[in-house]
Amino acid sequence: MIDASLQLALDSAPYLLKGALYTVVLSLGGMFFGLLLGFGLALMRLSRIGVLSWVARIYVSFVRGTPLLVQLFMIYYGLPQLGIQLDPLPAALIGFSLNMAAYITEILRAAIASIDRGQWEAAASIGMSRGQTLRRAILPQAARTALPPLGNSFISLVKDTSLAATIQVPELFRQAQLITARTFEIFTMYLAAALLYWVLASLLAHVQHRLEHRVNRHDQES
Amino acid sequence: MISVRNLTKTFKGHAVLKGIDLTIETGEVVAIIGPSGSGKTTLLRCLNLLETPSGGSIRVGDIEIDGDRPIASQQGRVRQLRQQVGFVFQNFNLFPHRTALENVIEGPVIVKKEPRQEAERRGRDLLAKVGLAGKEAAYPKRLSGGQQQRVAIARALAMQPEVILFDEPTSALDPELVGEVLETIRDLAREKRTLVIVTHEMSFARDVADRAIFIDQGVIVEQGPARELFSQPREERTRQFLSKFLGDAALR
Repeated sequence: MIDASLQLALDSAPYLLKGALYTVVLSLGGMFFGLLLGFGLALMRLSRIGVLSWVARIYVSFVRGTPLLVQLFMIYYGLPQLGIQLDPLPAALIGFSLNMAAYITEILRAAIASIDRGQWEAAASIGMSRGQTLRRAILPQAARTALPPLGNSFISLVKDTSLAATIQVPELFRQAQLITARTFEIFTMYLAAALLYWVLASLLAHVQHRLEHRVNRHDQES
Repeated sequence: MISVRNLTKTFKGHAVLKGIDLTIETGEVVAIIGPSGSGKTTLLRCLNLLETPSGGSIRVGDIEIDGDRPIASQQGRVRQLRQQVGFVFQNFNLFPHRTALENVIEGPVIVKKEPRQEAERRGRDLLAKVGLAGKEAAYPKRLSGGQQQRVAIARALAMQPEVILFDEPTSALDPELVGEVLETIRDLAREKRTLVIVTHEMSFARDVADRAIFIDQGVIVEQGPARELFSQPREERTRQFLSKFLGDAALR
């Protein structure tokens, strides 16, 4: 019995690891493009130009207010009807990036808004431009506020990538499904998949911890 | 050096500054006093455009800002002006994620594009000048309020400004830390720098300032040589105000 389980684990490991690779790609891609887009949207949101702020606001509201699964289906199954045919992986990447961007926008907006007005004024008083002020004074401090919620969102993303299974991406959960269909070792396979998600999420939590430590340097003994 | 003409500032229909005319000469030390809500801090903040004037004009050196035109269309000039006008805040407003030295060199390096080494050398000198040699690597959190304010003064000095504005620089300090900051400002006055100081430290203002300006309800009520204004105010409002602060001292 134990031998058989071990054998099964060994046999299925390559498939699960290959699936995990997709999971990692989807997660990192979603974080990267989500951050990029979210940062742009956060700046729009804080812009003095009313239209930009409203566009960002509506985007965030829509994306946060609709299920990720529905968004993925719209992109993968819906867009072809509008003449836009996407392969599963790019469709999933786009879906996760757009979704992450909305959450990241709110996190960054709140973090930037939490910085005391005096910091803007201090930077202005030595002649800094708005861009210089953001880059040199505001963002480094906002990062500290933003990191814990960003970490949460990223960890959620790692787990949410399992939804990509529904649009034909051969990621970790999908691989586990395929193996169980073949072997009927349902519990073992899903447990194995769960453990791999756990490992990935833990790695991410570790990185988050290190980063938090770094941005809080100035709080420690000097 | 500084010339303010018919400066007005209105907050939500409430007139805070009602047409201020003011000239400050190079090398002059000016104290602005007045009750809270009189508009003295607003006036000071208008001088480097932290507050947007509602009308009138402000000239520093040869840079003129027209308060009757939208400030957004004069951003370039505003930044130029700010590089020549240092500002010291009541709450210091140091950058908490930067060390004392990094705070001081931030303006020279980032705004003036000064070579980092040169800026650091000057920065160390400035920290030594305000009595903080050895604190270069300390983060603001590790410094007392008085030390933080002296770093803030060094940060303003690092831009080599034509004039430095002080907005109640000792109001946020514990009483025992007030002296060291006032002493630092006194040193700057001795160097014949142009300083404009909004303060509640009346005896300091009397001793250090060349000229004192008393503001109440958005207008300059009275101004003159500091010793004269404090000892023989001409206006009744000035007298009333001063008696609250100097009453005891005058009796001595």
